[in-house]
Amino acid sequence: MLADAARGFLDEAAPVSHLRRLRDEGQTEDKALWKAMADMGWAGILVPENAGGSDMGHAAACVLATEMGKTLASSPFISTAVIAATALRQVADERANAALAQIASGDVTYALAVDENAKFNPEATQLRGDREGNGFRLNGSKGFVVDGGDADRLLVLARTGEALTLFDLPADREGISREAKSMIDSRDAATVSFADVEATGEDVLGQVDQAMTVLKPAIEAGQAALAAEMAGVAAGAFGMTVEYLKERKQFGVPIGAFQALQHRAAHLWCECEVTASAILNAGRKLDEDPENARLAVSLAKARATDTVQLAVQEGVQMHGGIGMTDAFDMGFYMKRARVGAEWLGDYGYHANIVAQARGF
Amino acid sequence: MSETTEQLSTFQAELRAWLEENCPQEMRDGRNDETTICWGGKNWNFTSDAQRTWLQRCVTKGYTVPTWPVEYGGAGLSRDEEKVFHAEMARINARYPLQSFGIWMLGPALLHFGTHEQKLHYLPPIARGEVRWCQGYSEPGAGSDLANVQTKCEDKGDHWLVNGQKIWTSYADKADWIFALVRTDKDAPKHKGISFVLINMETEGVSTRPIKLISGVSPFCETFFDDVKFPKEQVVGTVNRGWDVAKYLLTHEREMISAAGGSMGTGRPLGAVIADCETGETDPVLRGDAMRAEVDTLAVELTLERYKDQAEAGGSVGDASAMLKYMGTELNKRRLELLMAAGGSDALEWDDGRAPNWLRTKANSIEGGTSEVMLSILSKRVLGLPG
Repeated sequence: MLADAARGFLDEAAPVSHLRRLRDEGQTEDKALWKAMADMGWAGILVPENAGGSDMGHAAACVLATEMGKTLASSPFISTAVIAATALRQVADERANAALAQIASGDVTYALAVDENAKFNPEATQLRGDREGNGFRLNGSKGFVVDGGDADRLLVLARTGEALTLFDLPADREGISREAKSMIDSRDAATVSFADVEATGEDVLGQVDQAMTVLKPAIEAGQAALAAEMAGVAAGAFGMTVEYLKERKQFGVPIGAFQALQHRAAHLWCECEVTASAILNAGRKLDEDPENARLAVSLAKARATDTVQLAVQEGVQMHGGIGMTDAFDMGFYMKRARVGAEWLGDYGYHANIVAQARGF
Repeated sequence: MSETTEQLSTFQAELRAWLEENCPQEMRDGRNDETTICWGGKNWNFTSDAQRTWLQRCVTKGYTVPTWPVEYGGAGLSRDEEKVFHAEMARINARYPLQSFGIWMLGPALLHFGTHEQKLHYLPPIARGEVRWCQGYSEPGAGSDLANVQTKCEDKGDHWLVNGQKIWTSYADKADWIFALVRTDKDAPKHKGISFVLINMETEGVSTRPIKLISGVSPFCETFFDDVKFPKEQVVGTVNRGWDVAKYLLTHEREMISAAGGSMGTGRPLGAVIADCETGETDPVLRGDAMRAEVDTLAVELTLERYKDQAEAGGSVGDASAMLKYMGTELNKRRLELLMAAGGSDALEWDDGRAPNWLRTKANSIEGGTSEVMLSILSKRVLGLPG
């Protein structure tokens, strides 16, 4: 099964110690790791077979994301293989198909440049894309561009008059400057500035003034995969915690013999199980009825955000002092959980969508 | 066995037409609460002609117990057909034609452990709503420690003789029969000397006394057995192995209680209910709490479906059902707290009707094993924690 194969690879090639090593070396990417993932068909998991992809669908992408979450594997999987691939598939013209092939081969990575403020809100985009001649001139700034420091290309959401347009630009286009930020999760995120960046009609992904046609499915796919990754982070933290409850002795007995801790651990397991159902449902819905996946995706992201934060907090608390040390891995889980909670919409953002979909 | 999509949609079309023609309008208000449930039984007084008609029509199709085999009074539906059945019932807001402990609990136990004769004898009257069962598990000294049953059942050669007391027997005063756990071997380890027996409530020596609850109603009773004699064949499964039956049933009970409360599964979104209650502007705190409860409700429902699919596919849910029971009942309590808050002072009057339902949910996390017992089961049997 996909999950077992992925777990085998990740335990070997990208355990938490791999992320730790990257951090200690001041790196945020491992090109060889991404290439290896591409060779297994992961980079092309949403790329059509005629463009060199494995085309396994969103449910499969969520399975991979969950496994990556368990070991905190650092890769541009969600930005590139999920979000950018989904966006490009909406267009599916010759240029988009060529780009999809480059994603599948692992040769090109993407980042989504949408956020401008501290909270996810694509509709509030201010970055200007002024029409000039046959093209556009982009001015403004994007923050929290996840995987944006290392990415080869950027999907940039810009305001073109009243409407929004999505641009697909090489990250080294003249006028673009990137500032990699030192993030709590030791992963790549950047602030990207646009100063009189010239873009042509060729650079527009989809139709001018209709960014959401392409972006909405891409964002939903990304949110589902991120929710799946967070479920994996929760599972990883939970697994460590349960093991510790069995090993660690105090007052002459394993601390897992204390009912106070047993019940908290059991409650956490319940939360993880319930969230797993929401993730499965979101992946299935994206594959079977993508037009109507909004509720399922937000339900998954809301649940996963909630569960992972409980899992890492309980993880630290139940480990006690050692959970607070950098030498121990739990802190990496806690910091990734915090980033995952914010990226592509926090709990309130998604719970609100669920509430609206349910009529209040 | 799974049907083709075509077979399923044929089934759906036929069912929809049948429901359209046969479900009385009064039975389409979506209510499945204490005051509208049809429990059936020898002494049942139908609350309306529509309730009687609806039951009778469903009985002819086996729709009171849609998944039971046809020979035992069911409709023999597959898991996929059952999903369609519930969806179509929900579509027209149909009440369940019949609910009972016979359907929820004894039926599944007999289907699993009963002899063919027992199934033929006991199941069809349950399906037809003719016999109402109650459950005799708990005792004054056997609550969370259920296996500590003390009710004594002696082998007198040609019959059994029972003496003892049960508590929290739901609707024992209205039931025709009781399925009970009794001790048939007092010297064996406590799990090994229990039997699962079936006793007619009209038998000499059986008596009941209602217990009044905080909700003002008395769904529960104390049930007393004083020198009660009953036939030897009224034992389900092997003598002294009743705990196996009880455990199997508890799994069913957990799933049932977690899905109960009416509002989950087929009910209206919590927010819509809250919006109805509101006068004036939405309270942002209440809306926030409702949002959170709605997110959790949808996810728990998905989990219930996932587990059912798993069970259907042959995978055992087993001890994990404790999760459904724990999460479902705790969530239901939250939902009813929110509905009371949304109702404000209106909901404080008995006549308003919300308060009894709200108070009833408080028992959900106690009956069938407390939330704490569920967490202990999970921590030991699923997580493998020591002690």
